[in-house]
Amino acid sequence: MSQITNEGLVLAFSAIGAGLAVIAGIGPGIGQGIAAAYGASAVGRNPGARGDIMSTMLLGQAVAETTGLYGLVVAMILMFANPLVGKL
Amino acid sequence: MGSSMLLGNEVDFYIHSYYEFQFAGQTLSINTSMVTTVVITVILMGLILFARHHVLKAYRTGEMNGVSNAVEMIVEMLDGMVYSNMGKYAPKYLNYIESLMAFILLSNISGLFGLRPPTADFGNTLALGLITFVLIEYAWFKSRGLGILKDLLEPFPLFLPVNLISEIATPISLSLRLFGNVLAGTIMLGLWYGLLPWFLKIGLPAFLHIYLDIFSGAIQTFVFGMLTMTFIKDKWGD
Repeated sequence: MSQITNEGLVLAFSAIGAGLAVIAGIGPGIGQGIAAAYGASAVGRNPGARGDIMSTMLLGQAVAETTGLYGLVVAMILMFANPLVGKL
Repeated sequence: MGSSMLLGNEVDFYIHSYYEFQFAGQTLSINTSMVTTVVITVILMGLILFARHHVLKAYRTGEMNGVSNAVEMIVEMLDGMVYSNMGKYAPKYLNYIESLMAFILLSNISGLFGLRPPTADFGNTLALGLITFVLIEYAWFKSRGLGILKDLLEPFPLFLPVNLISEIATPISLSLRLFGNVLAGTIMLGLWYGLLPWFLKIGLPAFLHIYLDIFSGAIQTFVFGMLTMTFIKDKWGD
């Protein structure tokens, strides 16, 4: 078995870290689902206000999505612009 | 660096630099995002001149044509959106918000035409976020004067750092939201085109393009415009 280099170790743990970082996607997924559920029930109660409900729902979902995107950005930095490799 | 080790050379969604030069001791480069930004701006200008030509023709001859009808419909829709959100402050911001949304929409769907969307570069989206930030702070200052110093101490002085951070976080979260969404789409398509066998690259990516480029791009455009309007309106008060 060949020797594990320092860089290989950092890259391996960065990949694991990137995987852990995108677990942040769970929260926004649940949140967006809840928003969509209430949006659907609101449209059911008041079909006339469909446009307003849609835009409010999408806006809220986009704001809820931000935390998940922070996780995504961290994962992307770890995968493609790894700052840790430079510290070796 | 680490990227080509993790993925093969076929995967390509990175920013390339075409031409490097020295300026004030720094190495700067003309890169993909700059080129695509210029391309999109030129296309936007072309569309605007095209629309202008047809609208002027309709105005001169007094009879509507297809293009001027379509332009009028789009502009009326956008105007209605801005007016319903900003009320009496709408006329001030109509131009900014509509051109912002046109640029973002065209950038987001440029992935369809084989360009790398310029909004998948944080430099670009941060610039858009900072313009919005300046407008927000200007509206705040204009409506409250030096009262903003008192507003920062609300509800009690201990909240000063919290309020400052929430002000500064606004442009960052705005730009990161757009950047993250578009970059995620770009990377998904880059991986699909780069890693999979050839028979999966026929026809199937069309569905991915519909969702990631058109649907997600349109939603993010709408959200960026809406949030810009909401934040500015908030600072103006009633």
